[in-house]
Amino acid sequence: MKFGIVKFPGSNSDEDAFLAVNDVLGQEAVWLWHKDHDLRGADVVILPGGFSYGDYLRAGAIARFSPIMREVVAHADRGGPVIGICNGFQIACEAGLLPGALLRNQSLQFVSELCRVRVENTDTRFTNQYASGQLLRLPIAHGDGRYTADDATLDRLEQNGQVVFRYVNAAGEVDPAHDPNGSARGIAGIVNERGNVLGLMPHPERAAEAVVGSADGVALFESVLERVGV
Amino acid sequence: MSRYRVAVHIVPRRGLLDPQGKAVADALHSLGFAGVRDVRVGRHLVIDADAPEAQSAERVVRDMCAKLLANPVTEDFEIANVEQA
Repeated sequence: MKFGIVKFPGSNSDEDAFLAVNDVLGQEAVWLWHKDHDLRGADVVILPGGFSYGDYLRAGAIARFSPIMREVVAHADRGGPVIGICNGFQIACEAGLLPGALLRNQSLQFVSELCRVRVENTDTRFTNQYASGQLLRLPIAHGDGRYTADDATLDRLEQNGQVVFRYVNAAGEVDPAHDPNGSARGIAGIVNERGNVLGLMPHPERAAEAVVGSADGVALFESVLERVGV
Repeated sequence: MSRYRVAVHIVPRRGLLDPQGKAVADALHSLGFAGVRDVRVGRHLVIDADAPEAQSAERVVRDMCAKLLANPVTEDFEIANVEQA
């Protein structure tokens, strides 16, 4: 399976994503430059973390208008899988691929730490290799990660099982003290209604080998292989 | 065609937590500005654009706000001023 990893000016998790796909998963990864107009045959698109366009205006607001994004949106409209990680999640929201928005962390602090998230729905093409309720250790590193949407949207996400990851404490419970950015209902990751676009603030690609502290992110990429087919 | 200068305010929507505004309000309180009830921190943009007349300049900037300058999920905008540049 071929993964296309978009490089925006200011992307900084692109190399980690490449390593996770290529070295850990043993799959083909290709770079997609933000000015490109085609996906080079990629089956799965990764919008990586970073600070595209310096987070000018709002995080993800300018990247959304990159030429490559027209192709990414068309790919998503065809049902193709898209994974937006951190800044990629912000870009996916700005592009209308996912509902809601990511605002400045409630603490006003940039948070960089290993956090704990709970897998809320294993019946998605991004989480089918996890166990329901499984607790993961994944790193986060962001200043604008507070997931926000109106109550009707949040209720709809919950009812449809679109909330796939939530920040939790060591006991595995949602707890405002362990919500690192003040996200609504502890939401760390969601999928769109069709289930082919995932956005999450934690970095699964930076948790791909035990030597870096956690390999809990690998199953996310394995889930994609399982569901989409190698 | 004339050149117009359009000023627009973009602020976090009321009812949404604005931690920056809250931090500023707390600082104002500690400086003794006891009457401060709420602060919202947003952006102020000044756009020079060519348009046939003032109303169309304003209309175009409203379109810019809807498409890019403001996030419809979390922010409100208002045209603060339109003048000949």
